[in-house]
Amino acid sequence: MSRQPYVRPMPKSTWYMRNKRYRVYILREISCLLVAGYSGLMIYALSVLATGSPADWQAFVAAQKNPLLVLVHAVALAYFLFYQTFAWFKLAPKAMPLQIGEKRLPGGIVVAGHYVAWIVLSAFIFWLAGVL
Amino acid sequence: MTIAKKSVIWGLFAAGGTLSSFVFPAIIFLFLLISAGMVPGGMQYTELHAFAASWLGKFVLFVVIFLSLWHAAHRLRVVFHDFGVRNDKAAAYAVYLAATIGTMMTAFYLFQIN
Repeated sequence: MSRQPYVRPMPKSTWYMRNKRYRVYILREISCLLVAGYSGLMIYALSVLATGSPADWQAFVAAQKNPLLVLVHAVALAYFLFYQTFAWFKLAPKAMPLQIGEKRLPGGIVVAGHYVAWIVLSAFIFWLAGVL
Repeated sequence: MTIAKKSVIWGLFAAGGTLSSFVFPAIIFLFLLISAGMVPGGMQYTELHAFAASWLGKFVLFVVIFLSLWHAAHRLRVVFHDFGVRNDKAAAYAVYLAATIGTMMTAFYLFQIN
């Protein structure tokens, strides 16, 4: 006699549509496509820099000037902030709780620390890039 | 997969996730400025080339791209599973191979910029 365990039917590729929690999870996880995409864009920019020709870089920068790309980058930035940066900061105290002596450092302080560090680091990058 | 391998992959995933969370918004914003035609001074050829030619600049760019690629690769592997791809071995090979190629390209181009 063979066992016949009950297997709950589950759509293999659309299961996350059933529940808001799952939808937020999948939206958060696919933000890795933006990480991969912008890493690729940076590698492409480095390949242009590596030619050692200022004219090539000028052409690359000129090709990037595009109203459609403005929209793409703006949407990507908003998406990245909510589903990667802020989501990651929110999870930080849960993934790596800090303990001082007997006491746990409250999660809110860890999250606030991340925001402060993020603002300082972003300001530094903008200063370095000549934006500020 | 052995525990030792898993901890390395998880370490890269966590480090890349943290680093990309901190620096990518600023990087995306720089690309947004460039696409709008407002190219910041630091993104001009002379300045950016000088940054990428310095050892500190090379180190920063390499670490950011390398860790981000491995973070994205590991997360994408799990996303493949979530979207119904049950061949984890093939998914793992594909994403880690892509991350390896990207890492090697980054090192190669940075090495060329002097």
